[in-house]
Amino acid sequence: MRATVLVRPKPGILDPQGEAVESSLRQLGFAVDEARVGKVVDLELGDGDPEQAKADLERMCQQLLANPLIESYEITVTPR
Amino acid sequence: MSADRRPRIAVVVFPGSNDDRDAALALEALGGEPLLVWHAEATLPDAGAVVLPGGFSYGDYLRCGAIARFAPVMGAVARFAAEGGPVLGICNGFQVLCEAGLLPGALRPNASLSFVCRDVDLVVENVDTPFTNRCEPGEHLAIPVKHGEGCYFADAPLLAHLEANGQIVLRYEDNPNGSIGGIAAVTNEARNVLGLMPHPEHAVDPLLGSADGALILGSLVDAARERVPTPA
Repeated sequence: MRATVLVRPKPGILDPQGEAVESSLRQLGFAVDEARVGKVVDLELGDGDPEQAKADLERMCQQLLANPLIESYEITVTPR
Repeated sequence: MSADRRPRIAVVVFPGSNDDRDAALALEALGGEPLLVWHAEATLPDAGAVVLPGGFSYGDYLRCGAIARFAPVMGAVARFAAEGGPVLGICNGFQVLCEAGLLPGALRPNASLSFVCRDVDLVVENVDTPFTNRCEPGEHLAIPVKHGEGCYFADAPLLAHLEANGQIVLRYEDNPNGSIGGIAAVTNEARNVLGLMPHPEHAVDPLLGSADGALILGSLVDAARERVPTPA
């Protein structure tokens, strides 16, 4: 199976990168109220138990992929 | 003072560390005996203090310090800290200590998005730590910063706790990076682990513009000397 983890700066956390992107998009003439920039991590996980994979992904996010103090994460698992 | 009274201080070298040798030179100039320790070591040499130096460990991949905290040596650093040993994290070392959970909070990209590289004016908020013993309360220190991700963040309950508990050790007079509360250095509950974004190792000689960093590193050398009874 394949998993995708989206990591985002939590609401209220200053995101200067997002602000820079937002102002550049405005300069290009797009009507953008806000931009926030996060990260995508794509993972190939083999063909184990999907429930176990979800539990493992949760721990991966807690331990490494996100810093829970400043980032939220969203896990999506798709069968191959 | 004879050379054998020099307390040993471990300076950890990660792939991408670049201030390890400056830290070692400064500690040596201040009466310590620095020992460079490669990150892949599972144990620390017998030493009275540990320094995690500045740099860009593991290329700052994922988040600054996020990969370095899994280096084999970090288990030994955590044990040393748990035993009350003084641990100082400078710049990238501060980021590593936050990621490792040895210090509260996190460091984010500078609010300006610009890399800042200049001397900053710092105010000493707490002198009752092994890192600021040589300072006076409220003393101003001129020490350089050079970082792109030094914006310290703590959520409101954590910030209130840090303030009430005296864990904020240095503040910027003129905040260069957007750090909450102007925080430049924080310590743990036990006061034996400190992280700071400014580089005291670059300010230990008037020739470099300031010798104020010697107050921080000199305090650490004192603490290391107290911790390890040195041979006669």
